[in-house]
Amino acid sequence: MLELKGIHKFYNPGTVNEMCLFEDFNLKINQGEFVSVVGSNGSGKTSMLNIICGSIPVEDGQILIDGKDITKEKEYKRNRKIGRVYQNPALGTCPEMTILENMSLADHKGKFFGLTRGTNKARVDFYREQLRQLNLGLEDKMDTKVGALSGGQRQAMALLMSTLTPIEFLILDEHTAALDPKTAELIMELTDQIVKEKKLTTIMVTHNLRYAVEYGNRLIMMHQGECVIDQAGEEKQKITIDDILLKFNEISIECGN
Amino acid sequence: MNLVISILEQGFIYGILALGIYITYKILDFPDLTVDGSFPLGAAISAALITRGMNPYLTLLVSFAGGALAGVCTGLIHVKCKVRDLLSGIIMMTALWTVNLRIAGTSNVPLFSQKTIFRNEWIQGIGPEAIAPYRTLLLIIVLTVISKVLLDLYLQTKSGYLLRAVGDNDKLVTSLAKDQGNVKILGLAIANGLVALAGCIFCQEERVFEISMGTGAMVIGLASVIIGTSMFRNLCFMKTTTAVIIGSILYKACVAIAIRNFEPQDMKLITAVLFLIVLVISMERKKKVKKNAGTERHS
Repeated sequence: MLELKGIHKFYNPGTVNEMCLFEDFNLKINQGEFVSVVGSNGSGKTSMLNIICGSIPVEDGQILIDGKDITKEKEYKRNRKIGRVYQNPALGTCPEMTILENMSLADHKGKFFGLTRGTNKARVDFYREQLRQLNLGLEDKMDTKVGALSGGQRQAMALLMSTLTPIEFLILDEHTAALDPKTAELIMELTDQIVKEKKLTTIMVTHNLRYAVEYGNRLIMMHQGECVIDQAGEEKQKITIDDILLKFNEISIECGN
Repeated sequence: MNLVISILEQGFIYGILALGIYITYKILDFPDLTVDGSFPLGAAISAALITRGMNPYLTLLVSFAGGALAGVCTGLIHVKCKVRDLLSGIIMMTALWTVNLRIAGTSNVPLFSQKTIFRNEWIQGIGPEAIAPYRTLLLIIVLTVISKVLLDLYLQTKSGYLLRAVGDNDKLVTSLAKDQGNVKILGLAIANGLVALAGCIFCQEERVFEISMGTGAMVIGLASVIIGTSMFRNLCFMKTTTAVIIGSILYKACVAIAIRNFEPQDMKLITAVLFLIVLVISMERKKKVKKNAGTERHS
């Protein structure tokens, strides 16, 4: 279970440009939930993910995982339990290293990187099997540098690599936004398959309302650092794209555009 | 013939330096100016130890350790004090000038009467008399090849994988639940260790320690790396480390040919101009993952 309690986040504190994003923000995400997060630009979606992962500090409040306070824990330590896929496919892999080397790195997440061989030969077949599931033919290109792959292939690898070792949370930061519609569809299906198979608690930020409605079992819409829609279970299943668009329009009118 | 031997000797020694710069510049993507200080650091350490009667072969190891320590300091300044990479190197380079003077005692230590790795009863007893003129060169080649092979092996270990990953995409190292700062410090330590080792060998070959011998070491190493990597880019079977060493020899050859037609005081200008030519020809452009949105990287 992941809990954000009384989070306060300011940008540029102490300057004339001070901007308050979160003021007493609370959110509770239960084990096994697949949460889709939507909202306009600047509503705090990515900031929320960054706060959870520890990429940015908070001014006040607590972040709890299974009741344990991790607010002060460094980003790299938190990542033992968290897998993250970014919008930019280049951020999830090492372009100058081969597919095999990338898989070996991912397979060793959180462990000690000592002076033993980088690639464990006995695991190669396992990597190949995992890559085969992507249906992109990557299993036959193990010695190709990842930099030579297309954005979609890299994103598929990034997704696979971030979930290769046992993790508890999967954080998806608009991970289909930089891909063409067909590839995005493929990555989305793959995501759903992996999440279900490994029973991961997932938070997915997306601008694609259809994905937000179709996938996941909880939907959150954020606006100015608050959740304006938060529905789970059956209520979530009933939500349509039109409902969300209606809410978007309401907000726009409030803001005067 | 003497010219060729001299070029090869210098080329292989600077090849070790280039291996160090290959780590910082190519793998870590870190413009490390510590090199101008850690190269004479290795020389100062070996000069100080040899004049005190230490076994010259042991000075190789001590120099490496000294250089690694300098690299750790640069890394700590960069990672813990959050000073920019270029400035961290400049700070250490400046500080090392004093450190080197303190270690060596004076700005100039001659080693003409001392035993060095190239001149002692043991090494002079190896092999027939006919190889005597090549003995220094052979030993330098052996040392360079050992350094290269060890580095190649290291880069294939798990720790080596992580080092390559941190320069390629440091975000990935963080998501592997590893502190990228520590990996950078480790890389700087190995790089500067190699540079100091080159300084140690160079000082024993020249049989003199000179405080200003490090000036321009960074440029020489960088030029070697760029020549090597861009000339042999399309040869898949050749390891980058080999290419870098060949680059160093080629660079020394260019300088040697150029210097024959000029006065000795033109040396640094020739170095700089040659470096510029190398840069322009190879059209080396640093690419960072962060600035590149994925697909355009492969070109």
